[in-house]
Amino acid sequence: MFDLNAFLIVLTASLVTAAIRFLPFLLFGERKTPAAITYLGRVLPYAIMGMLVVFCLKGVSVAAAPHGIPELVAIAVVVALHVWKRQTLVSIVGGTVCYMLLVQLVF
Amino acid sequence: MNLKTQLKSALVATIPVMTGYLVLGFGFGVILATKGYGILWALGMSLFIYAGSMQFVAIDLITGGAGIITTALTTLMVNARHLFYGISMVEKYKSAGAKKPYLIFALTDETYSLLCAEQVTEENRRVFHTRSFLISLFDQIWWVTGSVIGSMAGAHLPFSTEGIDFALTALFVTVFVEQWLSTKRHLPALIGVGVSALCLVIFGADVFLIPSMILITVSLMLMRGREAADV
Repeated sequence: MFDLNAFLIVLTASLVTAAIRFLPFLLFGERKTPAAITYLGRVLPYAIMGMLVVFCLKGVSVAAAPHGIPELVAIAVVVALHVWKRQTLVSIVGGTVCYMLLVQLVF
Repeated sequence: MNLKTQLKSALVATIPVMTGYLVLGFGFGVILATKGYGILWALGMSLFIYAGSMQFVAIDLITGGAGIITTALTTLMVNARHLFYGISMVEKYKSAGAKKPYLIFALTDETYSLLCAEQVTEENRRVFHTRSFLISLFDQIWWVTGSVIGSMAGAHLPFSTEGIDFALTALFVTVFVEQWLSTKRHLPALIGVGVSALCLVIFGADVFLIPSMILITVSLMLMRGREAADV
């Protein structure tokens, strides 16, 4: 059977995502971009990436077992791999495999 | 530059994203399939939503039977950061003509990270728009391919996929580290982590993203005079 509610969720998520992406261009379009916006556009990516890391970890409980240890270890692996090799693939796959092994076999 | 040269150069530029998107898309397809939503759902979501983290969240919304309002608000909170990508590409995407709608639609975190560092002058503007279009297109092809393969593998994988969604966290940590290594000014990155963590503790996991974004914007504007010159 066709899942109408799931379809509506996909449709809504698609439209809202597109609206968010188009909004700045509708607002500032082909006019001169304000200096404050140009500045924010330059520094925000650094801050937003930090926010996204926290966003991914929001469900981790430090109080309950395994106390976020798999996440902490796997992130340390990602950071170490990336500082060492600076190869996106190596960092992502290495960290993810490490995490999967930890949650499936150790904790 | 002829089209063949541009195709090749754009393809090479997307290799880092390709690796991430194939893995992440695969993870997305697998999870979606294990919840009982097959290849058409994976294809549709990766074609039309085309926002990695939001698609993972959408799986929870679908299995939880969320309504339209909840979905719209959640999408706003998860994807509001894309406002900022748009804001910083407004200048570069000027006069892109017929390519512009797709350039804007396909501006994901990763496509943005590939394009935001490129210099655009009046002379290379047309070439840049073609290049951006090809990079955006290749990135979406990787994402769609990964999610479709994951969807097909879904139930038949010979090993447990528990924890594969960590690929998303790993991607953001990787981009974070890459950005950290590429600049001497770490205050914006520290503000991002610090403010978000603080808001998470204060406001809770469900609603912390919006207050985080507001506080991050205010903090960055406050340090503007001091840091603007060399961030």
